[in-house]
Amino acid sequence: MAEKFDVIVVGAGMAGNAAAYTLAQGGLKVLQIERGETPGSKNVQGAILYSDAIEKIIPDFRDEAPLERHLIEQRVWVLDDTSYMGTHYRSEDFNKPPYNRYTIIRAHFDQWFNKKAREAGALTICETTVTELLLDGKKVVGVRTDRKGGEIYADAVILADGVNSRLAVKAGFNSEIKPKDVALAVKEIHFLPQETIEARFNIGEEEGVVIEMAGKISAGMMGTGFLYTNKESITLGVGCMLSDFKEQQVTPYELLDRMKAHPSIAPLIAGSEMKEYAAHLIPEGGYNAIPQVYGDGWLIAGDAGQFVNGIHREGSNLAMTTGMLAARTLVELKAAGKPFSAANLSRYKAKLDESFVMKDLKKYRRMPDIFHNNKQFFTTYPDLLSKAAQTLIRVDGVDKKSKEKSIKQSFINARTRLGLIGDAFKFWRAVE
Amino acid sequence: MLKVEEKLFQDRYRVDAGRPHIKIKDAETCTHQCKSQQCTVCCPAGCYIQEGNGKVVLITDGCLECGTCRIICDEHRNVDWEWPRGGFGILFKFG
Repeated sequence: MAEKFDVIVVGAGMAGNAAAYTLAQGGLKVLQIERGETPGSKNVQGAILYSDAIEKIIPDFRDEAPLERHLIEQRVWVLDDTSYMGTHYRSEDFNKPPYNRYTIIRAHFDQWFNKKAREAGALTICETTVTELLLDGKKVVGVRTDRKGGEIYADAVILADGVNSRLAVKAGFNSEIKPKDVALAVKEIHFLPQETIEARFNIGEEEGVVIEMAGKISAGMMGTGFLYTNKESITLGVGCMLSDFKEQQVTPYELLDRMKAHPSIAPLIAGSEMKEYAAHLIPEGGYNAIPQVYGDGWLIAGDAGQFVNGIHREGSNLAMTTGMLAARTLVELKAAGKPFSAANLSRYKAKLDESFVMKDLKKYRRMPDIFHNNKQFFTTYPDLLSKAAQTLIRVDGVDKKSKEKSIKQSFINARTRLGLIGDAFKFWRAVE
Repeated sequence: MLKVEEKLFQDRYRVDAGRPHIKIKDAETCTHQCKSQQCTVCCPAGCYIQEGNGKVVLITDGCLECGTCRIICDEHRNVDWEWPRGGFGILFKFG
C-alpha cells in the first residue's frame, strides 16, 4: 500500500474510537486498524459509561448510542461467606436527564462509536492485526500488519491497543507489564426478563443499579466484584491482582462460581440464562505504573497507557479522554504545520497532567502498594465487620454493654490496638 | 472439579486451525524448572493442563486473549504470545 496517512490508530476500543473520531473531525487523514471481526468483538468491560467523557466528544450521544440503563443507585457491599454489609445510595437526582452514568454492552456500543468515527471521515479496517511498528531510527513511521503487503505508513501512530500493548513493548519503548500492576477479571452475562430485573432491584424501566463488592469473594486476594443491571441482562464478575492469583490455587472461574453462589447474590441471578463468559486484564498499577506515553511519531492512550482509576472503577472515561487528548495534540500540531516529533508530542503529556486523568491517578498513587501489603483489608476486616453487625443485631439475652465489649475485643484480638491505628492510617493514606 | 468448558461453550470463536497464537517456548522448562505451574491455575479458559508426568500441555482453542499466562510467567518467560491473526480467535457477542 503506497498510500500514506496522517495518523494510524491501532485499536477500536474506547481510546481508539475517541482518537479516530477526534482526528477525523479535525480534518486529518486517519486509518484505524482493528483485529476483531467488528469493532467491539475483542473488547471486554463491566460495563459502565460515564456521560461526561463521551459528551466531550459526541455531545448528543444519547440520541443514538446503544445504552442499557441509566444508574440511579450505587451499592457498595462488603461480604463474608454468609453475609453482606453495605451502603446504598439512591437518588431521584440521578433519575433526571441528562443522566450521569449508564450501563452499556461493549460489543454494541463500540460498533456505534466506531460508526461515528467513520462518518466523521476515518477509515477503519477490521480483521487486521498490527504485528509491529515500523521504525526509522527511533521514529515511528508506520505499522506492519498481518495482511499481505501489510506495511502502512503514517506521520504518527496512536497506540490504543489495550492492556496487552504488545507494540510498545516490542519496539522497546516500554517494558512488559508486571503481575502486581494488573488484575485479572472474569465475568458472565446473565439474561432475565426485563420485568424480573426491575422487580428484583426495585427499579423502573430504564433505571439501573450498580453493586460494587469487596471481601471474602476475592478469596484473600486483593480484588473486588461487581454486578450491573442491563436492560434484559445482568453482568457480574470478579477480579483480583495477578500477583495474588499467582500465589494461590483457586481458578478464576471457580472464584466466579463461588461469588454467584453467595447467598446474597444467587437470588439476584436465579433462573437466568448465561450467554457469555469473558476474561480481561485491568491495569491497576496506577500512577507509578504509567509508562512513557509519547515519543517520536507515537502516542499511547487508554488501557495501553495504564490509565485506570482502580478505586473508583473508572477506566473507559480515562480511555476516551486520553484518546481524545492524543488526537487533539496531533490536530493542533498539524494545523500549526509542526512535525510530530517527541518534543512536540510532549504537549500530550502536558494535556494529561492538566486533566482529571493524571490528577486523579496522582491522588491515589500510594493505594496499590498499600493494598498489596495489607491484605487484612480484604480478609480480616470484612469478617470482623460482619460479626460485629451480627452481634449487635441478634437479640439473644446478652446485654448491650457486653456485646460492645466483645466486639471491641474481637478487633483487638485480630489486629492489636496499635495494628488498628496503623490500619486506619494506612487506609487514609491510600485514599488521601 | 468445575468445568470451564461449560462456560466457554457459550462463547463464539473462529479458530485458526493449526496456527496457535500462543506457544510454550521450551516444554522442558515447564516440566523441570517451574515448580508452581501457575498457568494451569490462573488461565481463565483452562487452556493449560497439568499432565501426570509433570508436563504442561497448552491448547489455545478456548483462549479468551487476556494475556494472563504471558504476564504470570515472569520468572521463566517461557510463553511465546502473539495476537491471533486478524478476525480469528474469540469474538465477543456482548463483551
